Parts: sequence; structure tokens; C-alpha cells
Amino acid sequence: MLDILMIEDEPNIAEAVRFILSREGWQVALHADGAGGIEAIRGAKPRLVILDVMLPHRSGTEILAELRGDQDPSLAATPVLMLTARGHASLSLPQADAVLAKPFANDDLRAMVRRMLN
Amino acid sequence: MKQRPGNRILTGTRIRERRLALSRRQADVAREAGISAAYLNLIEHNRRPVGDHLVLRLAAALDVSAAELAEGREEAQIAALREAAVRLPDDVTPELDQTPELLARFPGWASALIATARRADAHERQLVTLSDRMRQDPYLLTTLHEVLSAVTSVRSTASILAEGGEIPPDWRARFHANLDGDSLRLSTTAQALVAYLDSFEAQDAIFTPQEEVEAWLAAGAPPVDEAADLASDAARALARAHLLRMEEERAALPDEALAAVAAEEADPLRMADRLRQPLDLVMRRLALLKPAGFDAAGLLVCDGSGALTLRRPAPGFPLPRPGDACPLWPLFQSLAAPQTAIAKLVEAPNGRRFRTLSLATRHQPLGTEGPVLTRAQMLILPEEPGSPLRPDLLIGPACRICPRADCAARREPSILLAA
Repeated sequence: MLDILMIEDEPNIAEAVRFILSREGWQVALHADGAGGIEAIRGAKPRLVILDVMLPHRSGTEILAELRGDQDPSLAATPVLMLTARGHASLSLPQADAVLAKPFANDDLRAMVRRMLN
Repeated sequence: MKQRPGNRILTGTRIRERRLALSRRQADVAREAGISAAYLNLIEHNRRPVGDHLVLRLAAALDVSAAELAEGREEAQIAALREAAVRLPDDVTPELDQTPELLARFPGWASALIATARRADAHERQLVTLSDRMRQDPYLLTTLHEVLSAVTSVRSTASILAEGGEIPPDWRARFHANLDGDSLRLSTTAQALVAYLDSFEAQDAIFTPQEEVEAWLAAGAPPVDEAADLASDAARALARAHLLRMEEERAALPDEALAAVAAEEADPLRMADRLRQPLDLVMRRLALLKPAGFDAAGLLVCDGSGALTLRRPAPGFPLPRPGDACPLWPLFQSLAAPQTAIAKLVEAPNGRRFRTLSLATRHQPLGTEGPVLTRAQMLILPEEPGSPLRPDLLIGPACRICPRADCAARREPSILLAA
């Protein structure tokens, strides 16, 4: 079973995050576009989704809303860590389990992912 | 009977001010008016009421009209002074009960106080709208997103390298290359940001009347006289003209008639045909009424010069600051082919697609000798994501914030592209 699916269109951010989390022993897959994002989650059924808010074609909030409304209750309940570029204050994401503002410290990311996977 | 000073300038105070202004003695004025000096003194200190007859006599003695001495003329100014007092900081306590005296004794200073308070008020409103504007400015938002993305990547990548630990050589090389690319991106974006902020100084009027009207429309077009967004007379005039035009168009094509046809027909051209109404009217009414299937409809209207006169974009449609536009919008294409509806599927840089329908019309309101006026409108409808159709056109917001490097229509460099 895949541990983490990351949906992020910035290749350099995705690459760094994948390296950081893989080194901790987790299996990480990437999807680089808002389009097809929900399909990728359905296909991989990961234990955790890391979702960027600003994505081309479809925003992270739209994908999150669709995921939460999925017919499969266990899929709909998948923990989601949102990456936002605007800080917590100006963006309310009640459907996300956790929110991490860019730029973030690698330690914070690791700690948050560890907490959400355990 | 004892009169108490309240919200009104008391006649007695006014009489006293007038007498002092003429440098006349109480006794002289009293004699002319046929009363004792002591009685005038009581009147002047508002301890005796003044009957209509006595006011007339005192007015004659003081060489003013009775109306000028009567009460109630300056109530609006008193209210304004009290309003100004309410807005003062807590530790400033003006003598509110002497407001009428202030106005009577020092009308010039009172007016100055009122004008200052009004200006402070206007500045406060302007500040609020300015900060709103900063938060919504598309240039700033796009540029700051660029900065944040690059910074995020730099920070994570640099930490990986700094933390040490085992990093395979190919990964290490890739991280170095990423750092190089991102730092270049950061420096060009930062320069563009500074240049953009510098350009603020060169612009005098930051808020145009049209922008005020747009903000007013976005707020749901509240009554013109109460609308906080409509600060200038020009904006209020524009807003009233807009409402009038909407009313006329609604009369020409009522809601029920349009909704009934829209329920059976999706194509605006066929709707117009069935309604026997001009297509441009149907398009504008669809964007305003938003019947089923047109819920997220947007509308852009421009005149013959291409200047946008109405901007109500569909959600997600890339819109630049007022006065700027993408030359590839089908709206402008329609100007060259009046009376021909142009349907184009367009794609924004963020990947979102929109069905657009554009139509230009011409008319000569001043007769055959008069000028030919052109107006174009573009109806914008969002396309569902995942559509298999290839877009007809790749459009953008405006060159400056458009990432399409190789666009044939580019007229100035983008702040999003590395130099």
C-alpha cells in the first residue's frame, strides 16, 4: 500500500519533499497536476495525501471537496495535509486534517507526516 | 421658563454674537429694541425666551433678518460637529454641551473642524479600499506566489543538503541544479516586484470610477446613495446609468421570457431567434439573470477602441487590472467582424477553459451624419474540467502577468518569465 501521494505542480518542491519523506522510509508517489488528481487518489488509495492548494486545471480545495464526498467512506476519510501559499489565517480549510504553510521547515513536514501516519 | 442648551444654537447666543460682532453695547441695543439692558442680558444668556415680536425688533436693531437670529438653521452643522466628536480618541473630551456656542461664536473654526473630520473619514475609507485592493491585486498575487514557490523549494532543498546524511551523487547534482534554477527565478521575480511597486508612484488616480463601479457590482449593487464603494460623483453617475440601462433591457426582455426560453434552448443565437430579440441583448441579459446552465456566466463589454466598459468575469477567468487586457480575447476579434457571433473555446494559463461567445454591434445614434459607434460583448461560460476538446485559443490575463513565453501577441515582457 502506498504511504503518501503528493499532488504538487512545482517539480522542485515535489522532488525535495519526495526525497525527504522517502529517506524516512515512506513510499511516496507524485502527481503534478490538478487535473486527474482525484483519479490518482482513487487509483493509489494512499494512507496520506499531501495536496497543494494552487494547482493548474483544478485547485486543491476542489479536489479535497470531491475526495470528502466520495462514495467509498474509507477513501473519503483519507487524511489530507494541505500545502498553502497564503498562510493559515487567510484561508480556512476545514476539510483538511492539517495545513502547512509554504515555505516550511523539513523537520515540521517530517513531524506532521509522522503524526498523521501513526 | 429656563431654556437649556441642547442641539440647537439658541437665539440668545446668536443675538449676543451679532451684537458683539457690531461692537455695540447691550444698553444701546436694548434701548432700540424697547427693552431693558438687564432683560437683554438675560435673553443673551438664554435665560429668557424671545417672542417673535421681540426677535423682529432685535433683528432690526442689529441690522440682520429675523430668520438669521431664529433657531434651527445650523442643526446640520451641530450634528456634523457631534459626529466629529464621537470619532475622537477616548481621552479627548470636547465640551459637547457647548457645541451650539462653539458654532455661533466661531463659525469659521467650527467649519474647519467639520471639514477636517470629513477628510479624515474619507481617508479612512480610502485606506480600507486600498488595502483591499492590495490583497486582490492580480500582479501582486501572482508574483508573490512565484516568490513563495521558489522560496519553498530553496528552503527544503538547502536543508536537505545542509542536514548531511547519505545523499546519492545523482540526487546531490539534481538538488544543486534545482537550487541554481530557483535562485535565478527568485532574483528575477524580486526585481519585477520592485519595479512594479515603483510604478505605483507614477500613477496618480489609483481608483478609477470604473473600478468603483466594479466593486459596487461585485458587492451586489446596493442602493447607489448608500453604496460605500461609490466614492466619486463620476462613479455614482456611472452606476445610475448602469442601473437605468439594466432596467431598460429588463423591460425589453423580461426575466420570465428569457428563463422560459433558456430552459429549452442552450444556444444564445437560437434563443435570440425564438425571442425575436437582438443577440447582444440576449447575451447581456443571460449574464445578468444567470438562468440554469448560465449560473457562472460572465460578461465583458468593450467599446470601439477596445476599452473595457464592463467587466463581470466568470469565476476563474484571468482578468488583469483595469485598463489592461489580453489581445487574444475573442471579444476584440469580434470588433473586426460586426454582427457575426464568434464562438471560441479558450484556455487560460491556469488550464481552465471557457466557452466564449462574442458579438460586436454598430449603431449611429446621431443619424447618417453622426459617428459610427461599435460595442462588443463576450459572454463567458466555464467549461467542465476534463473536456476532451482542444481549445481554439490560448489566452491570458495581460502580457505582464502571462506565462506564455512564445505568444505571438506578446507586447511586453512578463514578470513571470526569467529575463
